[in-house]
Amino acid sequence: MTRLSVAFSSGRAALVTFVTAGDPTPDATGAILDALVAGGADVIELGMPFTDPMADGPAIQAANLRSLAAGTKTRDVLAIAASFRQRHPDFPLVLMGYANTMTRPTPGEFAAKAAEAGVDGVIIVDIPPEETDEVEAFRNAGIDVIRLATPTTDAARLPAVLNGASGFLYYVSVAGITGMQQAAQTTIEEAVAKLKAATDLPVAVGFGIRTPQQAADVAKTADGVVVGSAIVDLVAEHGADAAEPVRAYIESLKSAMMAARKETV
Amino acid sequence: MTEASTLPNSLRSYPDARGHFGQFGGRFVAETLMPLILDLEREYRAAKADPAFQAEFDDLLEHFVGRPSPLYYAERLTEHLRAQAPAGKGPKIYFKREELNHTGAHKINNCIGQILLARRMGKTRIIAETGAGQHGVATATVAARFGLPCTIFMGATDVERQKPNVFRMKLLGAEVQPVTSGAQTLKDAMNEALRDWVANVHDTFYIIGTAAGPHPYPELVRDFQSVIGKEAREQILKREGRLPDLLVAAVGGGSNAIGLFHPFLDDPDVKMLGIEAAGHGIETGKHAASLMGGSPGILHGNRTYLLQDEDGQITEAHSISAGLDYPGIGPEHSWLHESGRVDYVPITDTQALEAFQLCCKLEGIIPALESSHALAALPDKCMEMNEDQIVVVNLSGRGDKDIFTVAEALGVEI
Repeated sequence: MTRLSVAFSSGRAALVTFVTAGDPTPDATGAILDALVAGGADVIELGMPFTDPMADGPAIQAANLRSLAAGTKTRDVLAIAASFRQRHPDFPLVLMGYANTMTRPTPGEFAAKAAEAGVDGVIIVDIPPEETDEVEAFRNAGIDVIRLATPTTDAARLPAVLNGASGFLYYVSVAGITGMQQAAQTTIEEAVAKLKAATDLPVAVGFGIRTPQQAADVAKTADGVVVGSAIVDLVAEHGADAAEPVRAYIESLKSAMMAARKETV
Repeated sequence: MTEASTLPNSLRSYPDARGHFGQFGGRFVAETLMPLILDLEREYRAAKADPAFQAEFDDLLEHFVGRPSPLYYAERLTEHLRAQAPAGKGPKIYFKREELNHTGAHKINNCIGQILLARRMGKTRIIAETGAGQHGVATATVAARFGLPCTIFMGATDVERQKPNVFRMKLLGAEVQPVTSGAQTLKDAMNEALRDWVANVHDTFYIIGTAAGPHPYPELVRDFQSVIGKEAREQILKREGRLPDLLVAAVGGGSNAIGLFHPFLDDPDVKMLGIEAAGHGIETGKHAASLMGGSPGILHGNRTYLLQDEDGQITEAHSISAGLDYPGIGPEHSWLHESGRVDYVPITDTQALEAFQLCCKLEGIIPALESSHALAALPDKCMEMNEDQIVVVNLSGRGDKDIFTVAEALGVEI
């Protein structure tokens, strides 16, 4: 089993957490990642900063700019991943970002370096199934290619999205950008049910999940709950001292999710 | 220039079914947008095959835009350049007068086509990005003409710099949304338009202003702009009884250039020259020349040449011409560059300013700074081309919008 499949096989919803690498500085990211682990996260998505994050809302846009302003380079992101992997040999780590930084100098060379750094999967927001050639190199390097499904992905299109998907399926519950409003619980339930009927992959739900209550609600139906902008906001607020507030916040999400799961068992 | 025999059967048959021009182009968008992009492609194919769509497009171009635009023999400029060239050198120079279009540039051709597509798709809201405001004004114009609400995304720095165009857009009923993210210029306006679109896919049509973005935009923008080259071809044949030897056009995203070039791509004797904005000079790093000073990458939905660093972070473009001030280029140009069919050369701010003034004085035409880049390439070409040869330059826009910029650059207070 891969690290990712272990994380989704516990019988309860996994807490998938996102932070931008190098925010506020490359040196500060390691402690924040450790805080995610300590707080009870099950998967970490490490964001690759990019100058033009067109699928992201204001919170993650600002995190990208803070990181780049601190001088974060691709080699720093890979070093952050590699050192995390040394400290946490079994913890699933996913790189998330945009095509232009994640296929340079070539998809093959980037995939090889990511694999060497201990990365388990990639989410490349602007590479849809139609451009799947670009991600072949990641599969060849043993890295999961995590696909996104959205409210606009209809039944006719879903097989194309699932074809070649691995790790887990990321359901973007809102047609929009990161960190804005959350979808209604019933809508999420219906969507997850449809996705689960079409795939054996774990389905993680994200976009707009911020409070322990929201996380707990989504945990009742999904295999994973993705939280990003809310964590990034804490980093924005506390900067290099963000580790402890992040740990406490993750713990609050996790305990709410555990409690919710128990009620339904 | 590449030999005709090395070219594929037709250079005009691209992109392929996946929207690729060789390694360039494609559909690099978030999953949320993908179904809409596919819808747009289907609808565009249907519209292309529908004589009623073409008839409505043609009618609006004739009566609303004022087409065909004239092909004008620039006699005094021709004579001026001949006087500086060796004996027997100095070709006849013609201007394709896109600056005479309604709203003052070629941009409107594409906006007419796209708003007809939007209506066909039942979309009820229009969005667009703009840099200096020319595409914003053209979009606001067609939105007003068809009574659709319209939001224009414009970098906050550009809103400040381009107040007359901001006011024009507002007069035309558009909402101008200043973009404060990133560097607050054109590329950020495009990011913000994409963010709006992804959140409003159900009712919103995004009118992209240049022959770039995810497939099918580069293709459909090119097709709508190809009216420029089709007319020019007919006009020069009527006037001179033969095809031109050289076509010249400025390239930012590259819609006026591809519109002129495309109908001639399969004529091996017609050479083509695309002019990139070299700003302060390629060597200074302050330029907007994606082909000359950039490398292939993926941004705004397509793979193309971009200004970027070794990690793929996009760098800021610079040009005195706001319309060329973009860190990318349409994917078909990247392909025409690599295949050698079109030559691309850089022209600096200073050279463009000189050509701007020369055109005003010799021809009584105030050209846009974008078009001035194309004009600035003529002196060198005139030294090597014979008197009996013919050059067609795309005078893509008029320069009234640029007089403040030019005055500032010349140190004149107005």
